[in-house]
Amino acid sequence: MAHDVQNYNLDQKFDFSASIKKSVLTVLGIGAAILVLGIILAMTGGGHHEEGAEAAGHAFHWYERLFANLWINNVYFTGIAIIGVFFFAIQYAAQAGWSAPITRIMLSLGNWLPIAGILMIVTFFVANHDLFHWTHSYLFDKASPEYDSIIDGKGAFFYWPMEKGTFPVFYIARMVIFFGFWVFFFNKFKQIAANEDQLGGNTHWFKMRSWSAYFLVFFAVSSSISAWDWVMSIDTHWFSTLFGWYVFASWFVAGLSTITLLTIFLKGKGYLEMVNENHIHDMGKFVFGFSIFWTYLWFSQFLLIYYANIPEETVYFVERLSSDIYGGFIFVNIIMNFVLPFLVLMTRDAKRHGIFLKVVCSLLIVGHWVDFFLMVQPGTLGHNGGIGLMEVGMLLVYGASFAFVVLSSLAKGNLVPKNHPMMEESYHHHI
Amino acid sequence: MERDTHFILGVYEDEDVLLHAVEEVRSSGVKIHEVYTPYPIHGLEHVLGYKRSRLPIAAFLFGMLGTTLALTMQFYMMRFDWPMIIGGKDFAAFPDFIPVTFELTVLLAAFGMVGVFMISSNLKPWAQPRIFDVRSTDDKHIMAIDIANNSALEVDKIKEILKSSGATEVNNKSFEE
Repeated sequence: MAHDVQNYNLDQKFDFSASIKKSVLTVLGIGAAILVLGIILAMTGGGHHEEGAEAAGHAFHWYERLFANLWINNVYFTGIAIIGVFFFAIQYAAQAGWSAPITRIMLSLGNWLPIAGILMIVTFFVANHDLFHWTHSYLFDKASPEYDSIIDGKGAFFYWPMEKGTFPVFYIARMVIFFGFWVFFFNKFKQIAANEDQLGGNTHWFKMRSWSAYFLVFFAVSSSISAWDWVMSIDTHWFSTLFGWYVFASWFVAGLSTITLLTIFLKGKGYLEMVNENHIHDMGKFVFGFSIFWTYLWFSQFLLIYYANIPEETVYFVERLSSDIYGGFIFVNIIMNFVLPFLVLMTRDAKRHGIFLKVVCSLLIVGHWVDFFLMVQPGTLGHNGGIGLMEVGMLLVYGASFAFVVLSSLAKGNLVPKNHPMMEESYHHHI
Repeated sequence: MERDTHFILGVYEDEDVLLHAVEEVRSSGVKIHEVYTPYPIHGLEHVLGYKRSRLPIAAFLFGMLGTTLALTMQFYMMRFDWPMIIGGKDFAAFPDFIPVTFELTVLLAAFGMVGVFMISSNLKPWAQPRIFDVRSTDDKHIMAIDIANNSALEVDKIKEILKSSGATEVNNKSFEE
């Protein structure tokens, strides 16, 4: 056959050079400086908030805002990391061939998971009362004037098998189990991938496929429950049945954008020459499609609550839309995460050429951070929240640390799975 | 219109051979009328040098028409024609209109696209299709070359090019119109 035989360098390794390191660390430094400045300003000049807060029952402290920011970024970057592993598993479970050269990039995002798990648990223990209303024991004490029968009814979900209001065993156990299994599956994938690189053969691919299937089943349950635990329980009275999906969709778009950006970045550095505009096009379609999927869930949640007009449900949107601080961000959220990606990525050319995707993916990563900001801050900080120096600084610190962890892990292993049985198929991917 | 059209048909057995044959035939200066295959072949439109379809533009315009129509209709009905209070909302409650707007956008985009496609590819019920070779609906790929479009080359020369590009048969076909 007159096929052109491709001789790609399959042993390529990403070189985490000093200049790239320097720019990541510079962002980290700038972020840290902005964060510290924000903390100092909040410590010294937070006085004007105190009046309103005291009337509401307790004084507002600057560190509450710090904790809320830690929590937003913990949840957000955990999501991006686990979506990397999830999307990797999807490729294997679906027996996808086109994505073979970029599977290692997806998997590399998972390196953040162990760090994210530790950060999440530590933040929970340090900040529990400041983040989660349900951690107050007086809510479950029938003798207390603060007794809350609704939260008491939900108490077992957090405290079982201990007595309500003591130590949230069930909640902590879920957090540990989720992170434990996610890291376990991630390490399993990494190990099989390393064996495949060394030994070759198709057995590793089959092994990866079955482990992917197990992981997907576990992730289907854990992603939803973690969304209730880490995000929805902040507004303890309120509930929404599609919240798990909504958080997952937000994570998914952010994760897909990160994978796409990373691929384009590596291509720009001269790696991954087998990845051409057809592969980029497919990633672009994923980003485009799941942006619409996120909007669908966001709007489904909103429309039903708006239309039914039941006070216990509408409180979530009343708290946000009628607030001077958050009201505008609801529209920023929709514009950044739906209108702009929808209009910009609609044409085929925009999905095939790096520049549009670079802009839209960067926008989406910030946009979905805003989405999590809107989920977390109104319930934790109320009128003391907003996007200020602390928010920007914390996002930069987390983003740069995440990038550092992911890039240094990419530098350690093979950039492409050289013994993947479908590499040849992916070279000829054409759409 | 009284005109006879004469075609040379190259018959190919394998899609890979066909793809390379199309490249070869085109590079030797022969203009290909059309290639008929029993199933879609990836990359064929690329080697044939077809321009990208403009159908998405039609889809977008019809979609916009659907959006406009849906919003106008609902605002007119709910605000001016027969205002009703539903669920304690405003007469012109924008969020309520979104599902219908979405559906009409999709509906008109889809219908419009199908309609434009049918018109532009002459798929009317009374159209008389030209059947070059019935085997193109079974297991053969047929490359049709219009002799009138290739007056610069001799017929024998074209046949030779087709043969050397891997055609298992080279036939003549004429239509009287």
